[in-house]
Amino acid sequence: MSPVSRGFHRRRQDSADNAGRVPPGQYVTKDFPVLSAGPTPHTPLDRWSFAVGRRGRQKSWSWAEFRDLPSEDVTVDIHCVTKWTKLDTAWQGVSLDTLLDLAGHDGPFAMAHCDGGYTTNLPVEDLTGGKAWVAYAYDGQPLEPEHGGPARLLVPHLYFWKSAKWVRSLEFMDTDDPGFWENYGYHIYGDPWREQRYAGD
Amino acid sequence: MAGTALRGRLTWQVAKVLAVSAETPSVRTIMLDVPGWPGHQAGQHVDIRLTDEDGYVAERSYSIASAPGEPVALTVERLDDGEVSPYLTDELRAGDELELRGPIGGYFVWEPEDGGPLLLLAGGSGIVPLRSILRHRERTGSTVPVRLVYSSRTLDDVIYRGELDKPAEGVEVIHTLTRHQPPGWAGYARRVDAGLLAEVAWPASMMPLAYVCGPTSFVEAASQALVRSGDQPQRVKTERFGGTGGT
Amino acid sequence: MDAVDGNAIGGLLREVFDAEMTTTVSVCGSCGTARQVGELAVYAHAPGTVVRCPSCDNVLMVFVTIHDRTCVDLMGLASLG
Repeated sequence: MSPVSRGFHRRRQDSADNAGRVPPGQYVTKDFPVLSAGPTPHTPLDRWSFAVGRRGRQKSWSWAEFRDLPSEDVTVDIHCVTKWTKLDTAWQGVSLDTLLDLAGHDGPFAMAHCDGGYTTNLPVEDLTGGKAWVAYAYDGQPLEPEHGGPARLLVPHLYFWKSAKWVRSLEFMDTDDPGFWENYGYHIYGDPWREQRYAGD
Repeated sequence: MAGTALRGRLTWQVAKVLAVSAETPSVRTIMLDVPGWPGHQAGQHVDIRLTDEDGYVAERSYSIASAPGEPVALTVERLDDGEVSPYLTDELRAGDELELRGPIGGYFVWEPEDGGPLLLLAGGSGIVPLRSILRHRERTGSTVPVRLVYSSRTLDDVIYRGELDKPAEGVEVIHTLTRHQPPGWAGYARRVDAGLLAEVAWPASMMPLAYVCGPTSFVEAASQALVRSGDQPQRVKTERFGGTGGT
Repeated sequence: MDAVDGNAIGGLLREVFDAEMTTTVSVCGSCGTARQVGELAVYAHAPGTVVRCPSCDNVLMVFVTIHDRTCVDLMGLASLG
C-alpha cells in the first residue's frame, strides 16, 4: 500500500450536480486530454473520403458530398477508459442512422478503419438509434487533427477509445473481431456504466 | 558501481524531502534522501509516484539534476495546467515523503571515457540532465571541451543561472533568449536553428558527441538542425520530454 | 500528440524485462531499421504505451497494464537484443 502524499489531490471538478452522470471509477475534467497510439495524420480534405460497407460493395462520400449530408448538433458526455469524463461536449456531425440508411446494413458488427492504422470494433446496433455520429466539428470549430479531424467516430455511450479518430471507413463483419485496443486486452464492448475496461471485466 | 546501477529489479521506495529551493519563479530543485541509493550516472532519471487519499496515483519522470556522488536532486518546472508539477513546486516541503524508483536509463548518459568534444543543446527544463553531465565532468576532473547551447524564454527563466555564469574550465555557455531579452542583450535571441549552430557548434570534423534535451518540439528542431549541419546521427543522443517536461 | 523517446519509458522497460533496455538494439519487423530502444518513438498518452519505429511508424511494442499486471506485445519487432 503506497503512502499517501501529503497535500496531493488529483485534478477534478466535483459537484453534486454531476451525480448520475459520472460512471463508476471516473473523475470529471475540464480539459480535453489528447491520447494517441501514434502520430497525428494530416489528410488533406481533397483526398479524404468516408466509406461504409464490405470491401467491394462500399458506399463512399467525398468531403464535399459528406458535408452536404444532413448533420446534427449534439451535446454529450464522454468517458475515457483512462478515467477522465468530460461533460457537455458539443459536436456537429452526420448521424450513423443517416449513413446506414444510405449505405445499407450488411452484417451485425462493424470495424472502424482510420488513417494511421487504428481500428476499433462495434456492434451495428450500437451505431444506430441516434447513438452514433461521424463528427467533423467540436465546440463550434472544425475538428482539430489532434482530436481526430477531419472527422472521427462519436459513440458516447461506450468508452471513448471506440470513438475512433481519423475514421475513414466502417466495414461490416459477421463476427465481433477485436480492433487495436481490444486486441491488446481492452474490453470487446466497453460499457462505462458496467466499467467494462478490460477483457473479462 | 555504475554497472550495478543498471541491472536488476527496480522497486519503488520511499524518499524523504530534505529541502526545496527556488531556481526561478516557476522552477524548484528538490533535494532528497533516498535510503540505499546505489548511485547514478549523469543523465539518468527517476520515476516519482504520488498517491492521494482516494488512492488515485500519478506517476512522472524527472531527470536527476545532481552529479554521481552528490545527493539525489530533482529540478521541476511548474506547468500551470499540470497535475503533479504544481504539487512538487508549491506544496512539497522538507520532511515530506514521496515514492521514487531509479536510477533509470542507460541511453542518455555520459561518462568521461565517452569523450568529446561535447555539444549540449538544452531547451527550457531540458537543461536538467545536461547540468548533471557538467557537474560530473567537473567532479571527475575531465578536460573534455564542452559547448552548451541553452534556449530559454527570458533571462529570468534560465535555470542554474549563477552556476552557468561561472562555468568550469573548458566549458562555454551560449544562451539564447527566445521571447524577451534584457536591454543591452548582446546574445542570441532566436530558436536554436541551423544558422545558430553553424556559428557555435563544434565542426563536424571534430566528431562531437551531442546531447539534446527538452520539449519534443525543441529536440526535433534542434537535432534536425544538427544533422543538417553535418553531425553523424549516431553521435547525437536525444531526450524528449512530452509537452514541456511532464506535468 | 508528441512522441517521446524510448528513454522516457526506462522504468516501464525495467519493470517488464527486469533489465536496463534503453541501449538494447531493436530491429523493426517492417522496414528493418536497427535502433537502440532509447531512440524509438513512444506514445505514452493512451490506453496503453505504444512504441513505434521512427523511420516507418510501424508498431514495435505495446504495453498495457491491466489490473496490476503489465502485458507487452513485441510482434512488430524482428529482433530485440
